[in-house]
Amino acid sequence: MSTDDIDATDTSGTDDLDGTFGRYGGQYVPEVLMPAIDELEDAYRRYVLHNEDSFMDEFRRRLADFGGRPIPLQRADRLSDRYDTEVYLKREDLLHGGAHKLNNALGQVLLAKYMGKDRIIAETGAGQHGTATAMAAAHLDMPCEIYMGETDIARQRPNVFRMRINGAEVTPVTVGRGTLKEAISETMRDWATNVSDTHYVIGSVVGPHPFPRMVRDFQSVISEEAREQIKEKAGRLPDSVVACAGGGSNTMGTFHHFVDDEAVDLVAVEAGGSSLSVDEDRGVAPNSASLSTGNEGVLHGARTKLLQDGDGQIMESHSVSAGLDYSGVGPELAHLVDTGRVTPVNVDDDAALEAFHRLSQDEGIIPALETAHAFGYLEENPDAVGDLTVVNVSGRGDKDLETVIEETAKRDLDIAPDMSVFEQVGAGGMMDMGGDHAGGDGSGGDHAGGHE
Amino acid sequence: MSLDGVFAADDPAFIPYLAAGDPSYEASQRYVEALVEGGADVIELGLPFSEPIAEGTTIQNAVVRALESGMTPERYFEFVADLDVEVPIVCMTYYNLVFQYGGEHGPRPFVERAAEVGIDGFVVVDLPAEEADPLREACDEFGLDLVFIVAPTTTDDRLEAMRERVSGYVYVQARTGVTGAREDVSDQTAATLARIGDWDVPKAVGFGISDGDHAERIVSAGADGIIVGSALIDIIAEGTSAGSQTQSDGVAEGDSVAETAQRLTAKARELKDGAIRGLQDRPQPEQ
Repeated sequence: MSTDDIDATDTSGTDDLDGTFGRYGGQYVPEVLMPAIDELEDAYRRYVLHNEDSFMDEFRRRLADFGGRPIPLQRADRLSDRYDTEVYLKREDLLHGGAHKLNNALGQVLLAKYMGKDRIIAETGAGQHGTATAMAAAHLDMPCEIYMGETDIARQRPNVFRMRINGAEVTPVTVGRGTLKEAISETMRDWATNVSDTHYVIGSVVGPHPFPRMVRDFQSVISEEAREQIKEKAGRLPDSVVACAGGGSNTMGTFHHFVDDEAVDLVAVEAGGSSLSVDEDRGVAPNSASLSTGNEGVLHGARTKLLQDGDGQIMESHSVSAGLDYSGVGPELAHLVDTGRVTPVNVDDDAALEAFHRLSQDEGIIPALETAHAFGYLEENPDAVGDLTVVNVSGRGDKDLETVIEETAKRDLDIAPDMSVFEQVGAGGMMDMGGDHAGGDGSGGDHAGGHE
Repeated sequence: MSLDGVFAADDPAFIPYLAAGDPSYEASQRYVEALVEGGADVIELGLPFSEPIAEGTTIQNAVVRALESGMTPERYFEFVADLDVEVPIVCMTYYNLVFQYGGEHGPRPFVERAAEVGIDGFVVVDLPAEEADPLREACDEFGLDLVFIVAPTTTDDRLEAMRERVSGYVYVQARTGVTGAREDVSDQTAATLARIGDWDVPKAVGFGISDGDHAERIVSAGADGIIVGSALIDIIAEGTSAGSQTQSDGVAEGDSVAETAQRLTAKARELKDGAIRGLQDRPQPEQ
């Protein structure tokens, strides 16, 4: 696709960026950051929307050569039989780094270079965005610092190693409960301090304008390819497109070029966690279903749907999948849900775990736990997706193996292979790692535990 | 009270910040009084929000202590109504709490309730001028002031947007970054003050001021007032950890609160005196 096509699909007009999606979006940030996001909006307009200095050409070239695009759309033979419907998989797990995250990270790091910035910072939850940013920064020779909650550091260790190996500094965030929400806040603080030379590569379609639009545009290559591929392979547009939703970057990327195809149902699968009900006393929502259960508020620079208490204090979210574990969601997705264009559904921890095993066994694809939520929906609602569906495989699950072994051992899942042999190995491994971790920085494990 | 009478040409204003309810409702009430005894002219009273993205570690920890002590917006309003001080109160918070209080009615119910308990103005940290019109309108309706923060990075066209909407005073952010006490005071301050020199609202400078010498330099550079938070909260934090120690040793909690209050009064005097010296240091305008 040429950049002209981006302009053509930009329904609000390229030179009239008001930064809102219906009632959502906006720029709710401290004054010190306003000039930086104004500068970013200008760069987004020039380089991304108008391809100044052939930015988009270089981006596309690097996505192909470094990232491995285009990414295949594959028919899932056994799932198609199982559900008696044509199931196609958009294999973003095959993108370099093992998740869709590189589309955005590469775009933003390259943009930072065009803007003359000389330092990259980013937050990460599951570590996939941090990993992708560290890779992109190494690839483009930029120093890079990643903020990660210490709870997430403990549960996503393989990705911490990958970031470090790529040369990034990984800084633990110890305030609060040490997950994605705190990591975003801390990265914003760094940006406020080093705003003149630093670009903040935000990891999802969240934050102040222009981040939600810009990240969506970088991720929209997913639906741009998928839309052509499904027409070629199945001879028509799908009846539905299904993607998991945390902050919503793979969701918006997978939906974007289908939004105007009104006959195509768009299904956003949120993490139902352990329960959809809320524990107000503890300020905890044991899920990450802000589209299904949240209400309007302002967090991290944008007006959107949030998990919050009656006073407006942000609640801790929960999901077995660290990448979906966030109290907010992108403002455009909130808007598309309000208008009825996107249907929000949710899948709980148990069903996601089951789906993880099913996809691994039936299709030989080990999905990320985030991705597994989308397949959990398919299992629970095979009749709701029509005769032809596209499911985005947003990432691969290698990073989740420790969690999966641990969580499977806690449950009685018929589909799971006999994990007893791993339980030994896994339990020992976890304990060793916990010990290393607590000993390594003196506080990590203890602190996270103290907030339980 | 009103912010109108606070900024006198011959008396630079000292504006301390505390998080309401840090570390407890009662202690925090006492600390506000202690600061007024030490010469505070206005209190910036923080209503704690769970995601304080503009705060450094000191105030983040204060916010955690305040939330853990049970501070909520409604309790905050009671806190202000209970205060026995004769200085204006400015509510410093984040927009989601203002927004959520009113639900579909926007910021108006929050402002109405604030006016009822005697709050005089607002600083909303994550509400830039472009998003502030609904709050500005509610403030006009109830006669409250709306303070904006000018940063070293603020561009000229953004200054205009603030100038049109600001009242009470301008909060001049002394340097980029987040809140927190510093060893030195930034040179960026004088430059920022010069850029807004012809505005007809007073200019108060904050971020990093931690002692009387800083206060003196900031006022001699042209500030009409100084805002100090983290240096005071450091004292509260020390008092809080010492307090839990003495409590376990059998000493009454009240003693440690009283001691912390004394230290706060002394620190307030140091800062206020520094500000007054700064005024005397200024080159005298020709009559």
